Amino acid sequence: MKPLDPRLLKRARGARVFLAASVLIGVASGALIIVQAVLLAHGIAGVVLRGSGVTAVAWGLAAVVAGRALLVWAQDVVAQRAAAAVKSTLRRQVLEHSLKLGPVWLSGERSSALTTLLTKGLDDLDPYFARYLPQLVLASTVPAGVIGWMATGDLIAAGTVLITLPLIPIFMALIGWVTQARSRQRQHALAVLAHHFADVVGGLTTLKLFGRAKSQEPAVRRVTDQHRAASMGSLRLAFLSSFALELLASLSVALVAVGVGLRLVDGKLGLETALMVLILAPEAYLPLRQVGMQFHASADGVAASEEVFRVLETPLPARGERTDVPDLRVSPLYLYDVTVSYPGRDVPALEGFDLELRPGEVVALTGPSGAGKSTALAVLLGFVEPERGVVVAAGSAADEFDPVAWRRQFAWVPQRPGLRLGTVADNVRLGRPDASDDEVRLALLAAGAADLLLDKPVGEQGQQLSGGQQRRVALARALLTDAPVLLLDEPTAGLDADTEASVITGLRSSGRTVLMVAHRPALIAAADRTVTVGARELVNA
Amino acid sequence: MKSLQLARPQRGVMWRLWLALVLGVAAAGSAVALLATSAWLITAASAQPPVLLLMVPIVAVRAFGVGRGVFRYVERLVGHDAAYRVLGETRARITGRLEKLAPLGSQRKGDLLARLVLDVDAVLDLWLRVLLPVAVATVTAAATVGLLALLLPTAGAAVALAVLIACTVVPWLTARTAERAERNLAGARGDVAATTTESLLTAADVVAFNAIDSVLDDFSRRDAHLAAAERRSAWSAGLGSALLALCVGGASVAALVLGSTANITGAVFAVLVLTPLALADVLGGIPAAAQLAIRVRASLDRVQELVDTPAPVTEPTKPLPLPTGRDLQVNLLRAGYDGPDVLDGLSLDMPAGSRVVITGPSGSGKSTLASVLLRFLEPRGGEVLLDGVDLAKLEGDQVRSVVGLLTQESHVFDTSIRENLLLAKPGVSDLQLWKALYRARLGLLVEKLPEGLDTMVGEHGARLSGGERQRLAFARLLLADRDVLVLDEPTEHLDEETGRALLADLFAAAGDRTVVLLTHRPELMPTHVPRQLVCLT
Repeated sequence: MKPLDPRLLKRARGARVFLAASVLIGVASGALIIVQAVLLAHGIAGVVLRGSGVTAVAWGLAAVVAGRALLVWAQDVVAQRAAAAVKSTLRRQVLEHSLKLGPVWLSGERSSALTTLLTKGLDDLDPYFARYLPQLVLASTVPAGVIGWMATGDLIAAGTVLITLPLIPIFMALIGWVTQARSRQRQHALAVLAHHFADVVGGLTTLKLFGRAKSQEPAVRRVTDQHRAASMGSLRLAFLSSFALELLASLSVALVAVGVGLRLVDGKLGLETALMVLILAPEAYLPLRQVGMQFHASADGVAASEEVFRVLETPLPARGERTDVPDLRVSPLYLYDVTVSYPGRDVPALEGFDLELRPGEVVALTGPSGAGKSTALAVLLGFVEPERGVVVAAGSAADEFDPVAWRRQFAWVPQRPGLRLGTVADNVRLGRPDASDDEVRLALLAAGAADLLLDKPVGEQGQQLSGGQQRRVALARALLTDAPVLLLDEPTAGLDADTEASVITGLRSSGRTVLMVAHRPALIAAADRTVTVGARELVNA
Repeated sequence: MKSLQLARPQRGVMWRLWLALVLGVAAAGSAVALLATSAWLITAASAQPPVLLLMVPIVAVRAFGVGRGVFRYVERLVGHDAAYRVLGETRARITGRLEKLAPLGSQRKGDLLARLVLDVDAVLDLWLRVLLPVAVATVTAAATVGLLALLLPTAGAAVALAVLIACTVVPWLTARTAERAERNLAGARGDVAATTTESLLTAADVVAFNAIDSVLDDFSRRDAHLAAAERRSAWSAGLGSALLALCVGGASVAALVLGSTANITGAVFAVLVLTPLALADVLGGIPAAAQLAIRVRASLDRVQELVDTPAPVTEPTKPLPLPTGRDLQVNLLRAGYDGPDVLDGLSLDMPAGSRVVITGPSGSGKSTLASVLLRFLEPRGGEVLLDGVDLAKLEGDQVRSVVGLLTQESHVFDTSIRENLLLAKPGVSDLQLWKALYRARLGLLVEKLPEGLDTMVGEHGARLSGGERQRLAFARLLLADRDVLVLDEPTEHLDEETGRALLADLFAAAGDRTVVLLTHRPELMPTHVPRQLVCLT
């Protein structure tokens, strides 16, 4: 892990501003630390050696203390504001990029992982900005100033610090390197434990069904004990690196103090200089120790930002830029030998699929579950790129065109429509935000949903609508666009026979080209022709 | 603070925590003593006494220099060991409690359950990053104050005041500002989370309709509210830490002023002025601990809420023996979860070997009926009789040895297919496992897998398709050999065709068992099976 990810600075302007402000604050803090040490040494030496008064020194110190407190506050303010700005920038970038990567990339677990990352994960950047980065800046400004100032009074002490200070990161890195494998082992053991607990808790009902739940409490206890013993072994090594840090830092201070003391006895050094050196020595090590301590607090944030960059650095699929997409109202559409494989599955989702779709005809896609009917629609929408084969319109391949322009030719009704929070009308308008209320009403009518009021709220994920209503809203949404080709995935599932009939009439009378995945006989009968998608060998079929 | 009880250490761990505290104080105390003895050494040395007189402080300085690192290392080991023990015990206790509560009926409880694992981990933070560090800081600071008071009571009093503020006002202020920020942010944060979730869930629709830009604009509008709220709350964020810096610095200035006129030696004076500086390090962790304490408490409160759920059924004190007949009779059953009765006077006759299909829209009480049949829920009125014996007079486990359940989302454990099956009937032969798999029509698939029965199914059975998961769960149920099978929306997450095939296989494999199918899609039922159809409203 790098101490500071340059990608963060590159991607988020907020981070650059923050870093600049932090450096300013860090330099000011370093200066005040030195002033404080000088004043304290002067005050103490004055009293001890000359019995002089401390009023002036005390006022000066009070001002320094106030200044340091002010800087601490300013640092937190700057950090929080920067974190807010950076998180906001990254959230928008990740959302945009993942939408552009498309629904297939987003499918399955990735979508929920991304949601977690964007909502909770990025908040882990707060401690990274508020505690870790400022300490990192302090660690690179304060020690230099402190050592420099010490050198003006006592070269030997400054030299001691100068030699020991770099030893700390070197030792930490060495030990970290040696213990890396063990520390991964430990993290693995902890993850296994948490996972076991989650699995047991999630499956308690199932365990109870089979009369096995009562034995789980001792089982959790036993598994935990086994893993704890193993992970403590690795902890002994893992803590070594912070041990080296603490030991070197405090031992060095002790060395400086004893050395200074002995030189005082020899009369080679004044009390005031000696005190100044003593006060400054721990300050040289403090930021480095803090970085080491905050490292843990910030690890989650760093992991989150790495996850963010992994998404942002996923290249968008290369697509054409032509916007002169042929009008599918007049040009037929051809699919030749289209084969699609999804990563991680050994069997192609769609294999060697051919199709001719002439303007104005209604074609039903049939075939067993898993044969690739929905995948064929996804290919037309440009959600997946065929591994083999080609989609052709008017002599040009689909991938020559800008995907946005290409998609204007299609309107889609998915099997499970994704509805957005808002009203029925908001959802129907998804593809045509400027449509009038009357146009929306007409679309709903054609979709067999004349009973739905425009301002009816659909709820989160369409929960306030029944499954059939959701589907009809999705159908109306597709009909509202002026796309020449409708791609429908079981558009009448969940509708009663009467509604189904009226929907079919509506579809036929729209005059548009329709390609629909169909199971129900009424729907298949309504098509001009039926295309069967090749049956792959199914285990249970 | 009842929820803190959850994280209480079990027997045999308390002394480890005390030991960690002592070691922590020794480590932090070494840091303070290092500065104090160094100050004494240097000031004394400036009078140029014979070196021999300085040997004791020199040895002390070196010892304290080594001490901090060593004590801290051991403290961390002892502390982590103790905290992991407490975490393990807490997990076990919670498992034991949840066993009595499963299955948790309401949505709210389901959400709590989903967060449980992370929430329980707060036990580690509670001990390692809140309680132990704060205790170490308080004890060390108090000891330092005591030492300084011995040297000069007025200076001791001044430092005591600073420490008091640092240990009370600072954490209070930090916690308060953090809590307030949290409250102010909650609304905007939830809004952004909801929009994010929705945008990703509806990604396919958004992309297909070329609506990315408008969705992003909408998102940015909501996100701007959150960012603005976060910027506003930033102003108060550092107040606690700043106050701490004031306290520690102020203590040193006060000691300087008070000590300069007192009748003490130069060395003692230097100790008085410089020792408070070491407190900055000792007390420095308090604001962070206070901030973390809020989150830890919120986590433990959520766990507590879950654990406090009253048990859904009371087991009979003197359970009757299990009757031999398998006729089920539901008489005037009233039942419901948190709200009003969803089942209100249901009567139903289910003789052994019968097929009953119960339909109705969601919320009409289908799952509630399933819960009652499995003794997961106490009826509010009426009764369910098994061969004439009220289910309430039988032990829950006895009832469930007769009645089995297949739900819409059966839990598949992250282990092998074999282990998932053996759960239902430990110790049976592979032959019986294969028989169950084939009857659930999963045999061919498993046989084709290179590792066969030993194939790992992944987290929540992720390596299987939805239909395959249901078939595995069904094979498990067949293996358990229950006489009554309750099928609660077994086809819910499957497409029409897969669902139809699954139901046909379920009825074929059920043989002479009683089958109770609860579904809102009765059209997927195989047509040739004679059955009794009941419609709930």
